[in-house]
Amino acid sequence: MTTTSADAAAAASAASGDILRVEHISKRYGAVTALSDVNLHLGRGEVLGLLGDNGAGKSTLLKILCGFQPPTTGRIILEGEEVVFKGVDDARARGIDAVYQDLALVNQLTVYHNMFLNREKVNGVLLNNRAMKRLAREHLDEMGIRIPSVNVEVAKLSGGQRQAIAVARSVFSSPKILLLDEPLAAMGVKEGAIILDLVRQLKEQGEVSIIIIAHNYGQVLEVCDRVNLVQHGEITFDKRSADTSVTELTEIVVAEYRKALAERHRVDSRPSPTSEN
Amino acid sequence: MSEAVDNRTDSPSQPPGATPPRSNLFKTAGLAFLRQREATVLVVAIALIIYFSVSSSNFYGTSNLSTWLSQDSAYIAIIAVGEVLLLICGEIDLSVGFIYTFAPFLMHYLIDFYGFPGWLAIIVSLVMGVAVGWLNGFLTVSVGLPSFITTLGTGFVLLGLVNTTSHAEAVAIPSSVTGIGHWIGSGTWSEFIWAVILVVLGHILLTRTRWGLHTISAGGNLLGAQEAGIKVKRIKYGNFMITGVLGAFVGLQVAFQTSTIDPTAGGYTPMFYAVTAAVIGGTAMLGGVGTVLGAALGAIVLGTLIDGFSILGVSANPLDIIFGGAILIAMIANVQLARLREAGRSV
Repeated sequence: MTTTSADAAAAASAASGDILRVEHISKRYGAVTALSDVNLHLGRGEVLGLLGDNGAGKSTLLKILCGFQPPTTGRIILEGEEVVFKGVDDARARGIDAVYQDLALVNQLTVYHNMFLNREKVNGVLLNNRAMKRLAREHLDEMGIRIPSVNVEVAKLSGGQRQAIAVARSVFSSPKILLLDEPLAAMGVKEGAIILDLVRQLKEQGEVSIIIIAHNYGQVLEVCDRVNLVQHGEITFDKRSADTSVTELTEIVVAEYRKALAERHRVDSRPSPTSEN
Repeated sequence: MSEAVDNRTDSPSQPPGATPPRSNLFKTAGLAFLRQREATVLVVAIALIIYFSVSSSNFYGTSNLSTWLSQDSAYIAIIAVGEVLLLICGEIDLSVGFIYTFAPFLMHYLIDFYGFPGWLAIIVSLVMGVAVGWLNGFLTVSVGLPSFITTLGTGFVLLGLVNTTSHAEAVAIPSSVTGIGHWIGSGTWSEFIWAVILVVLGHILLTRTRWGLHTISAGGNLLGAQEAGIKVKRIKYGNFMITGVLGAFVGLQVAFQTSTIDPTAGGYTPMFYAVTAAVIGGTAMLGGVGTVLGAALGAIVLGTLIDGFSILGVSANPLDIIFGGAILIAMIANVQLARLREAGRSV
C-alpha cells in the first residue's frame, strides 16, 4: 500500500540539504490518534506539498511544526539541531511561520494591526501606529497585494484579500520555513492565482522553504517540487512533482476510499449479534 | 484681506486615492463623526442634558452639577472601564458590585479590629479586589467555567462574607481614614476626577497598547489570537484583575462619599449599570468590539437619567419604568445609527 518511491528515499538520504526533518512524530488526543509515526523532510529552498483527505492529520502536523501544540512523541530537527518549541512565539523566533487555515486574522482590527499582530511596533508602552501603517503599506506594495487601505478593518476585505494579508504577514518576518494550510481554500481562480504567484515569487528568491497543505492536486503539482500524501495520520507517498501526476494521486486516494467503503459494507452486512435471539 | 491661496497639497508619501475628495466638508465631517462608535451615545447624552436643562432650572445648579457628574455618573464609568475590557475579550464580571460592597468592610475590619494603619488597610482592600479578579480569572480561564457562572458564584460568596461578618449592619468610616478619604471619594469632585483619570487611562490601554489590541483579538478571534501566539489567558486574567481593583476602589469611594460602610451598597445594581453603560456606548456583548469613551458617555447618560428624574421629582417607584424605557430607546437609536455608520463606511 505504501508508495514511497526510490527517488524520494534517495533524496531523503541526501539529508545534508535539509532544513527541517521530522522523525517519528505522533499525536494523540485521548483515545484518538491524529498522527502516527510521521517522518518528513524539507530541503532548503524546497516547496513541499502535503496532500491528503479531510481529517488525515495534515493540519495537526502543521500545528506541531509551528509550535502551536507539542507532539505526543517524536523529534523535530531544525537545521541539524533537535528543537522543542515552547509555543508559537518560540517557533517564530527560530524562523518558522505559519498561515493557518482559518487565517488567524482579527476581523475587528485594521489591516496594519493584523499584519503586526503579536509583533507590534511600540514606543515604550504605546503602539507605534504610524510605523506599523507605513511598513504594512510598503510591504503590501512590494508584494503586489492590492487593498483599498491599510486602515480598513479586515472584515471589510474579500476572501482573497484576507488570504493575501495572512500570507503577507507570515512572509513579513522573513521566515526560513513557511507553512501554508490550505492557502487556496475558499478562493476564486483569480484570487488563487495571486497566492500561487506569491509562492512562486518566494520560491524564485529561494530564501524560504515552504510546506503547502492543499486539496487541489493540480495547483499543488504546479508550484511544489515534491509532494507527500498523508493518510490516516501517516505519510504514505513521497515523490517529486515531476515524477507523479494528478491522475496517480487521485487514484491512490480513490482506491483508499473504495477500500474503506468495501470494509464498511462488509461490517454492515455481518449479522448483528443482538438480533440473533 | 489676505488672498492666500491654500497651496497645501497632500503629502507625497500618501498613495493616490487615500484621501477623500474635500468637495463637501460638512458631509465628510458628518460621516467621520458617525464613523466613531461613540457618536450615538454622545448624541443621546446631549439630548438628555438639553431635555433636563430645559425641564428644570435646578439641573445646572452648582450643587446638582457635582451630584450629577460625581455621585451619579462617576462610579458607573469607573466600573464600566473594567467591564468594557472584559466584555471585549469575551467575558463578564457579575461579582464586581460585591467586591465594591466588601472592600470598605475589609478596610474597616483591618483598621478597627486589627490595628492596621489607614493607608495600609486601603491598599489591602484594593489588593483584595485584585485577588478576587484573579480568582475569577482562575475559575474561568484555567478551570473552564463560563465567566457568567464564575462571577455569579464569587459574588454570592462575597455578599455572604459581608453579611456574616458585619451582621448586615452599617458602620461609620474609621476616623483614621477620613483625611485620605477626601482624596478618594468624599471631596465634592473627587469621584469625578478619578473617573476622568481612569477613563483616560482605560482608553489609552485599550486603543494604544498591545494589551488593548490583544484584548480585542481575544474576543474577536480567540483561536486566531492563540495561533498568533497571543497569551490569551494572561489577557483575561489581567482584565478580571483590573475590573476587581476598580470595583474595590469604587466601593471605598462611595463609602467615603456617604460616610458610611453599608452592606446594602453595591451589589448587582452598579454592575448592571456599568454593563448597560458599556453596551449603550457601543460595546458588543459578544466580544471584540467596544470603547471605553463610549462606556463613559453611557455612564453619563445613565447618571443624567438618575439625576434628572430625581430633580424633576419623579418618585423612585416609576423611575425604573422610565429608566428601562430610556435604555431601550438609547439602544434602538444605537442600532439605527450603527446602520447609518455602516452605510457611511461603504461610501
